[in-house]
Amino acid sequence: MAKLLQVEDLKTQFTTSGGVVRAVDGVSYDVEEGETVALVGESGCGKSVSALSVMRLVAEPAGRIVSGRLLFKGRDLLKLSEEEMRQVRGREIAMIFQEPMTSLNPVLTIGRQLTEGLEIHLGMEPAAAKARAAELLGMVGIPDAERRLAQFPHHFSGGMRQRMMIAMALACNPSLILADEPTTALDVTIQAQILELMRDLSRRLGVAMLIITHNLGVVARYADRVNVMYAGRIIERGTAAEIYANPRHPYTLGLLRSVPRLDEPMRAKLDPIEGQPPDLTRLPPGCAFAPRCAYRAERCSETPTLAACGEAQHMSACWESGRLAKKVAA
Amino acid sequence: MSEVLLEVDNLVKHFYVRGHATPVRAVDGVSFTIRRGETLGLVGESGCGKTTTGRCILQLERPTSGRIVFEGVDLTTLAHNALRAVRRRIQVIFQDPYSSLNPRMTIGQILAEPLEVHGIVREKAARVERVRELLTQVGLLPQHARRYPHQLSGGQRQRVGIARALAMEPSLIVCDEPVSALDVSIQAQIINLLEDLQSRLGLTYLFIAHDLSVVRHISDRVAVMYLGKVVEITDRLRLYEEPVHPYTRALLSAVPIPDPALEARRERTVLRGEVPSPLNPPAGCVFHPRCPIAVDRCAAAVPQLREIKAGHLAACDLA
Repeated sequence: MAKLLQVEDLKTQFTTSGGVVRAVDGVSYDVEEGETVALVGESGCGKSVSALSVMRLVAEPAGRIVSGRLLFKGRDLLKLSEEEMRQVRGREIAMIFQEPMTSLNPVLTIGRQLTEGLEIHLGMEPAAAKARAAELLGMVGIPDAERRLAQFPHHFSGGMRQRMMIAMALACNPSLILADEPTTALDVTIQAQILELMRDLSRRLGVAMLIITHNLGVVARYADRVNVMYAGRIIERGTAAEIYANPRHPYTLGLLRSVPRLDEPMRAKLDPIEGQPPDLTRLPPGCAFAPRCAYRAERCSETPTLAACGEAQHMSACWESGRLAKKVAA
Repeated sequence: MSEVLLEVDNLVKHFYVRGHATPVRAVDGVSFTIRRGETLGLVGESGCGKTTTGRCILQLERPTSGRIVFEGVDLTTLAHNALRAVRRRIQVIFQDPYSSLNPRMTIGQILAEPLEVHGIVREKAARVERVRELLTQVGLLPQHARRYPHQLSGGQRQRVGIARALAMEPSLIVCDEPVSALDVSIQAQIINLLEDLQSRLGLTYLFIAHDLSVVRHISDRVAVMYLGKVVEITDRLRLYEEPVHPYTRALLSAVPIPDPALEARRERTVLRGEVPSPLNPPAGCVFHPRCPIAVDRCAAAVPQLREIKAGHLAACDLA
């Protein structure tokens, strides 16, 4: 399949009073047409900033994309003018945010928020845009579209607002949707509804998705390929099946072991990852995970690069990934 | 079996909101007991009344009706002064450790204040000593006493929240979503800490949470709430292995499991629709409009919580 998005050696930094935060520190990944890729990690690992960078929505002047290439359909988004970039945002790459209430405009009707993009990006007439808006609400499972279009976001429940966000994202038939924690603010039964909806629509319409989440369960069910991030870097990458069955980075292994699982026999104790994530203004030299790592060795004072390990496409940024493979197999 | 520490009996809490003649039925007839040394998990989705139930037990809300019997005394009958003495014995750990700590006080001051107010440790030097002890107990260092909340990480702040609850030497701690604001790798640290403290100090927990995997791990028994009512309550093994209420089943099947191979095989019940408004709950069984197995009579009669097997209660006539 063709590469839709290729992120190459992206570096995004923020200048704060406490120093320069290297939020995204040399990240490369790609998304193929129609597939679902996940960026997984905990708060502050750079997963959201790396998606905002793709949209060139990093808040300047504090934030800045320092270097890298963002190839979308072969064009480098970083080379586009602001005007050209506006044609990409919402039209070719759409975004779904975590908190639908704060990302919808509270004083515009649902209908207006849906038709605005259609009129601006696709030059639709108001009547045609309204008809399309009604169709979109139907697609995301909101019945009674006519009445709903005249309502405001506060009339909608959390789940319906997120459906509405999905409808907005789909409005201009984008080829890629960036979904930043799309279900984190929702209850688990609603979360299941929204995730199933996103998967069905992505398959039916052939839209590629980049899901950004901290929830390993969500990733397992909905992603084809997974990138695990820690302290601004991708530290492991592979197919979802490989990453879960055979994690080759101690951080990924630690994350998987630290969560209690419904399908497992009960454990007396959980196995947390000791310590805290590092301060991104004062990253230690070498592997950023080393201070918390049970597999730490001398070489870890040098920064490991993402290198192939085991199965095809499975990569790990760990000098000791070989030991991990044995450990899991044993 | 140990004695009953807390008995909640037909607890009702209605809130009146402006512009509505009918109240919000936040908690609508909830009953359960917790034994000394036990952890009862209280799960449900937003708006199901789990937090309000906790707040009624803490007497942060006065219940509309019902009884809350703690260590043999019905808290709803107590006047302000008598209540104050009991409050020491019931403490709370909140979800967001940042907004529940005073940003202008040092950790030391935050922990010393209740010791002073309640006259538990009267000497200043002894209070400093007790603060050190509390910090160590929750895995922090004595020098953290001089820090302010913003200088700590989320996990460390939650440790302070736990230390503050322990300062009162409570017998019951209401833990209201104590780990849901924390990162996955830190959640496990806090859960292990809560379990250690329980076994060392003989604490009793009411553990309110929406994360079913965490609740299964930490609880002895679990109560599932939906729209102000308990729909099922039993020990954790039974609840997760033989859930009988259709809502419990749907809730369990909605939890994603971090294993792609297993997820691909798993049957899923995705519930239709959304939780109705507690301003105007459905007649009959409150769950019937979304229930995959509802029949006509579910819309008419309110199912009572009844014993399905010994120690396993469910509010479903079809169970």
